[in-house]
Amino acid sequence: MKNNKIFEKNSDRSKFPEKNADGTNKIDLSSEKYTKVWQGPNHPGVTGNMSLELTLCGDEVVDAKTHVGYLHRGFEKLFERRLYMQVMPTCIRMCVPESDTNEYCFAEAVEELSGIEAPEKAKWLRMLALEMSRLQMLLRVVPGQGGTFGLGIGVQWGMYVRELILDLFEELTGGRIYHMYMLPGGVRGDLPEGFKERAQKAMEEVYRFAKRIDDVMFNNAVFKKRAIGTGYIDPSWIDKFGIVGPNARAAGYNRDVRKDYPYLRYDELDWEVPVLENSDIYTRARIRWMDMQVTADLISQILEKMPEEGSFKAPTPNALNWRIPKGETYVRAEASRGEYGYYVVSDGTAYPRRINLRGPSYTHAVALLEKLLINANIADVPGIMVSLQTCPPEIER
Amino acid sequence: MQNIITNIQRHFNISEKVEQRKDLFFVSTIKEQAVPLVTHLRDYEGFSYFIMLSVVDWIEEGEFQLTYLLNNPEKKMDIGVRTRISRENASMESAHHLWEHVATFQREIKEMYGIDFPGSPRVDEEFILEGWDDIPPMRREFDTKKYSEETYFPRPGSKSYDPREYMKNKLYSDDYEE
Repeated sequence: MKNNKIFEKNSDRSKFPEKNADGTNKIDLSSEKYTKVWQGPNHPGVTGNMSLELTLCGDEVVDAKTHVGYLHRGFEKLFERRLYMQVMPTCIRMCVPESDTNEYCFAEAVEELSGIEAPEKAKWLRMLALEMSRLQMLLRVVPGQGGTFGLGIGVQWGMYVRELILDLFEELTGGRIYHMYMLPGGVRGDLPEGFKERAQKAMEEVYRFAKRIDDVMFNNAVFKKRAIGTGYIDPSWIDKFGIVGPNARAAGYNRDVRKDYPYLRYDELDWEVPVLENSDIYTRARIRWMDMQVTADLISQILEKMPEEGSFKAPTPNALNWRIPKGETYVRAEASRGEYGYYVVSDGTAYPRRINLRGPSYTHAVALLEKLLINANIADVPGIMVSLQTCPPEIER
Repeated sequence: MQNIITNIQRHFNISEKVEQRKDLFFVSTIKEQAVPLVTHLRDYEGFSYFIMLSVVDWIEEGEFQLTYLLNNPEKKMDIGVRTRISRENASMESAHHLWEHVATFQREIKEMYGIDFPGSPRVDEEFILEGWDDIPPMRREFDTKKYSEETYFPRPGSKSYDPREYMKNKLYSDDYEE
């Protein structure tokens, strides 16, 4: 009867599998007790193009390794042979579903190194684009968490509301996914006529969607049963693993770049950072659900306070011969997944010496995910992965 | 931040300090003191969040620059610890024992720049590349164009342009100034 304990949910499995002296798991594949399963790179339970090499004992994961590289396009190498302005159309592809954070970080770094300041109106327009980008990402991710446990309807609803945001992006920038809106020096264009009214209507749809997803997903018995208590992140891991964004805020850490290092005009907006404490899949989904509504509110505030007059682009040197003074900087912004930063080094020429991206997935999808999956049930793997909101392209730039 | 800089100058050989912003400093030190300095900043100065480890290839000087970017969440400050190592037989002390995700950075750097971090977990495992047998591709002497031409046969009839020349001739021919 003693052995029955291993079948109890939430029983202490921390001593399983046994460890070798060097801390690695003691797994003898020839013992026929274990099975290797590759989940991905093409798998509905994996976010983007990455794969997980799982070692299972029954249906319990005893070892996990993240494999990336399926989407490696050598961006950071290409940047070294591109003029600064030519970096723009490439850098946005570092995270496909949320490209605007790349635009902002790169543009801000170039401006900082070359001593240019974007005009006041450009700052507000940049903030608008960043929040719209966050919102459309959250509209995919929040219901997507339900999708990992078989609740597909929320995803369909979310996609509809996301399309409304993409329509707004198309009006503002001409593009739906990739915008190339925030150039060094400012932005490419002003608000179209009637944009504010149309955006406010879209925000009403966001609130309506949030209410429906609350009813259908967060009060769903199956979702609660699967998500509560699963994928627990110990608060002591936050700094140890470099955890940021909603994953840290679901563990009680109040960290948000917009509040901690106010950039653009975030300090002129009135809002609270959502923070919860249970640190499981349910709590992380809940944080993102709260974020979604906060973001819709921020968009309304930005549109309300948007300056009517003024330039949206500062004069910049000829793009073909723009030599950035020698120096280096690190510029960060808050993406929907957490802190997102660009380390840019200039050697005084027209070409960057080094541009290095640090995205949240670099640790969330590798060191943290490999740790979290140990002792998880194989059926919970997609749920845990999506709860970390991983984005593989930013790992393998 | 000035207090922190003064403190570390007392214990470490700081050859250069740059105030990039009020909340971002860069300090340079010798190879042997880089990891001890990072450890000191984590343990005594509150820089508990490790942002990234980055490499800059200064091929003209025969050196790699390693930059350890750290953040102090309480004081809301960043510091970049820079050190230079030789490009020949490039090797650096591992910092994987300080934060769990450092090993991932070191593994990628070993693959992309060929810098070894002896003792770092899984440092020799492939990270992004698969079956790569050329020089590490992020080294500046690696010729991307040549590799591409040799590896991927160009389509018949396809043309390629130097982007700078193309933009100069076609798009900005009127206002181009050297």
